Amino acid sequence: MRYLPLTPEDRASMLATIGAKSADDFYTDVPKAARLKAKIAGLPDHQGELAVERHMTKLAAKNRSASSGPFFVGAGAYKHHVPATVDMIIQRSEFLTTYTPYQPEIAQGTLQTLFEFQTQVAALTAMDVANASMYDGSTSCAEAAVMAARVTKRKKVILSGGLHPHYAAATRLLCEAQGLTVVQLLVAIDGEGELAKSVDGETACVIGQSPNVFGTVTDLSGVAKSAHDKGALLVSVFTEAVSLGLVTPPGEMGADIAAGEGQSIGNGLNFGGPYVGLFACKEKLVRQMPGRLCGETVDADGNRGFVLTLSTREQHIRRDKATSNICTNSGLCALAFTSHMTLLGGKGLKQLAELNHEAACELADTLGALKGVEVLTPRFFNEFAIRTPVDAEAVLAMLDEAGVVGGVRASRLFPGDHMGDVILVAATECTTTEDIAAYAAALKEII
Amino acid sequence: MGMNTQGRPTAPASASGATLETVSGSRGLLQREDLLFEIGTPETTGVDLPKPKGTKSRLGGVKRKVDTGLAGLSEPQAVRHYMRLSQKNYAIDLGLFPLGSCTMKHNPRLNEKMARLSGFADIHPLQPQATVQGALELINELATWLKTLTGMPSVAMSPKAGAHGELCGMLAIRQALIARGEGETRKRVLVPESAHGTNPATAVQCGFIVDEIKADKRGRVDMEDLKSKLARTDDIAGIMLTNPNTCGLFETDIKNIADLIHKAGGYFYCDGANFNAIVGRVRPGDLGVDAMHINLHKTFSTPHGGGGPGSGPTVFSEALAPYAPVPFVTKDEDGLYRLVEHVDGEASESFGRMVAFHGQMGMFVRALTYMLSHGADGLKQVAEDAVLNANYVQARLKHVMTPAFDGFCMHEALFSDAFTADGIETIDIAKALIDEGYHPMTMYFPLVVHGAMLIEPTETESKAELDRFCDALESIARRAAQGDETLKGAPYLAPAKRLDETRAARKPVLKWTAPEPERVAAE
Repeated sequence: MRYLPLTPEDRASMLATIGAKSADDFYTDVPKAARLKAKIAGLPDHQGELAVERHMTKLAAKNRSASSGPFFVGAGAYKHHVPATVDMIIQRSEFLTTYTPYQPEIAQGTLQTLFEFQTQVAALTAMDVANASMYDGSTSCAEAAVMAARVTKRKKVILSGGLHPHYAAATRLLCEAQGLTVVQLLVAIDGEGELAKSVDGETACVIGQSPNVFGTVTDLSGVAKSAHDKGALLVSVFTEAVSLGLVTPPGEMGADIAAGEGQSIGNGLNFGGPYVGLFACKEKLVRQMPGRLCGETVDADGNRGFVLTLSTREQHIRRDKATSNICTNSGLCALAFTSHMTLLGGKGLKQLAELNHEAACELADTLGALKGVEVLTPRFFNEFAIRTPVDAEAVLAMLDEAGVVGGVRASRLFPGDHMGDVILVAATECTTTEDIAAYAAALKEII
Repeated sequence: MGMNTQGRPTAPASASGATLETVSGSRGLLQREDLLFEIGTPETTGVDLPKPKGTKSRLGGVKRKVDTGLAGLSEPQAVRHYMRLSQKNYAIDLGLFPLGSCTMKHNPRLNEKMARLSGFADIHPLQPQATVQGALELINELATWLKTLTGMPSVAMSPKAGAHGELCGMLAIRQALIARGEGETRKRVLVPESAHGTNPATAVQCGFIVDEIKADKRGRVDMEDLKSKLARTDDIAGIMLTNPNTCGLFETDIKNIADLIHKAGGYFYCDGANFNAIVGRVRPGDLGVDAMHINLHKTFSTPHGGGGPGSGPTVFSEALAPYAPVPFVTKDEDGLYRLVEHVDGEASESFGRMVAFHGQMGMFVRALTYMLSHGADGLKQVAEDAVLNANYVQARLKHVMTPAFDGFCMHEALFSDAFTADGIETIDIAKALIDEGYHPMTMYFPLVVHGAMLIEPTETESKAELDRFCDALESIARRAAQGDETLKGAPYLAPAKRLDETRAARKPVLKWTAPEPERVAAE
């Protein structure tokens, strides 16, 4: 067993030092009936690397990877190119195999990258401060809602009709468990439009998304004004972080809290996780934030250094009075994000965003030119919804046969919302003109 | 002095430069590294992207007004930036990392290799299910391992970390109570005062009220206190109990506790953070547990990554299984795997969805790789060696430090600061360990032991490593007992000296801001 260094001789001599006869002596506090005599039945015994690798490779081979052909799936996770350097950095043992930086004297590497990450997220979202990451975008969104309720001491949360339904579900769950009322506006492609009208004097926050789940980009400045006039907060959500290189960011629209998904920068698709939740807010709200914060200070010699700070908000200090129960976050995914962002720089990010937008424009023009296909999203960044004359599930299955992964059927996300003929499609810098041509050719055959 | 044929000295001369200041700010292999914003510029980039064509925008004017202004680095600069920073970190790959409650064991590299197979790393959570059958099969296989190892009939795979798993368990309890029509009346959750902070925080996040129970002199739940808290039962939602507990001890009365809670109409949530001590030897399902999260990033070796990502699958008893969250994987009669994604049909009693998509797939691949490597036989040995190593540390140090409780421990050894001289504190001992080349133990936790030092060596340490560690800690303990004031300044040999946390919290600086003159110039 290659991960266990103790030899039988070691074990015997250690037991002698301890004064125990066998390992069984350590388990005498376990109720007798629950002490297992033999190893647990029904599971295989240990195996060498080669055998394990064979098994896993076989499972992996049953999946079609996004890079293996034309691929247009988005709706909350995006196929982007990740520079080789990023993966090398996150595989460094010093980052990969260390713990949360509770001992700052020997964790300045992690802490400085977190400080840089927070700076980047704050700039990207145009907000005052950002935390050191959340699990993902959906849990960021849920935490933003309950934070807004704490800040305003109100109990009503309003969700736009364009909010990603998984985000809406996670938010509703947490809010309702805490006794808050959640109002979900009607699902709509231009769903942010109704938000401004829905705010009242009992509203803690309105949650809008731009680009929203249908790809629609919306300036939420008017929503922010309506919310603020009534003493409510605006939570501005995004699932595509690359969009912020080009699209109006939460801070420029007057958002009080920005919550989003950072997967697009530095992180692979990974079938949905691990990802990295981004969370930023106005400075005056910082003491109500969930999650870890890294701050600058000095050491005993007066040298600049970094520590986890404002921890009196957190569960390990405040226990039942904490702002959130989060402990482990997405540290290594945040490192992937920050190192990719560092390679891009502000200029590179903007250029990447432009390339994404142009690929989506080309895709929309090409698909929209097909007879019977309608592009539904009025303003978009790198994804949009289309309506086809045939049932979306059938269309996607036939596209699949032609080797094209054509998008997400809207009915998978919105069952019962009469979206059987709507497909959400995305393009990124990975999308080529050939990919787009293949999509159009296959779709033309189908409809 | 020895000389080689070119006249170069080949033996060291005697000279003292212990306090040498350097011009560069680097010190030998330890390179100085400024913030990336002080090194790079917004015009610099480390990626080569094609030039945009200038297509007409479809953003409808929803355009960013002010650029991020974020500095970039060229690739060589970026690589050096992160390499230099990495050298300021301690890591399990470097040495023993005895953080109690955190299970810092070896992270096998095979796990990393498997997680990077394109069939796992490069698949989208919403691509057609027919194209991800291998991924769904893997989730199902891992679920089977977790259910078998815990003796529980059901598992929710989507929770993102341990605390998220706690949330999952407590939301299931909430839903079960609602289904019984007692959602509004049963709000009280019992939590031992020794519990991880996440337990009371989670209970409150789910709308429950926390009622603390005391520990007894043996470091276990005080049964008298528990019984008094159960004098009234109609408001009891359940109990959150860590087992083995945070004192590194098995709760001897666990069956009794489970029975009392069930009789009171409540549910038993077990915090599975310490599962490494019992994996393969004890099944929580045999102890009356209704829900328990499993930290794949502790027991099943997925790396901690400097604070995450984790993964917290949560197992359920028959009583709570119907309320488990969506999504989950099921296998149809035709042999195809299918995701149940909505609260409907076979998931009609589910409490809902906690998170976007299906959980931490990258961690699932690593954990299953680890389980297959160890097998049922190996995992049993894991628990035994973890417990043996902790007891060995306790046995070697109990003459110089003060064990918090009598008897054998489980996977971690707990000491109080009773042995230290006046003025020397737990933190001084912890920081002195850094000078000896070790990460400190968990300090000041659990709260029920004064100046607690919680040492969890894990099973992946050799006897020689443990001996070296014990020799170092023993020597520090003796100095602490003698009141050696030099301990107060430790660490002396780390990349940074003790940091001023008070200053950081008083006037928080949470991001880099350009120095004034640059800002003026930019405007």
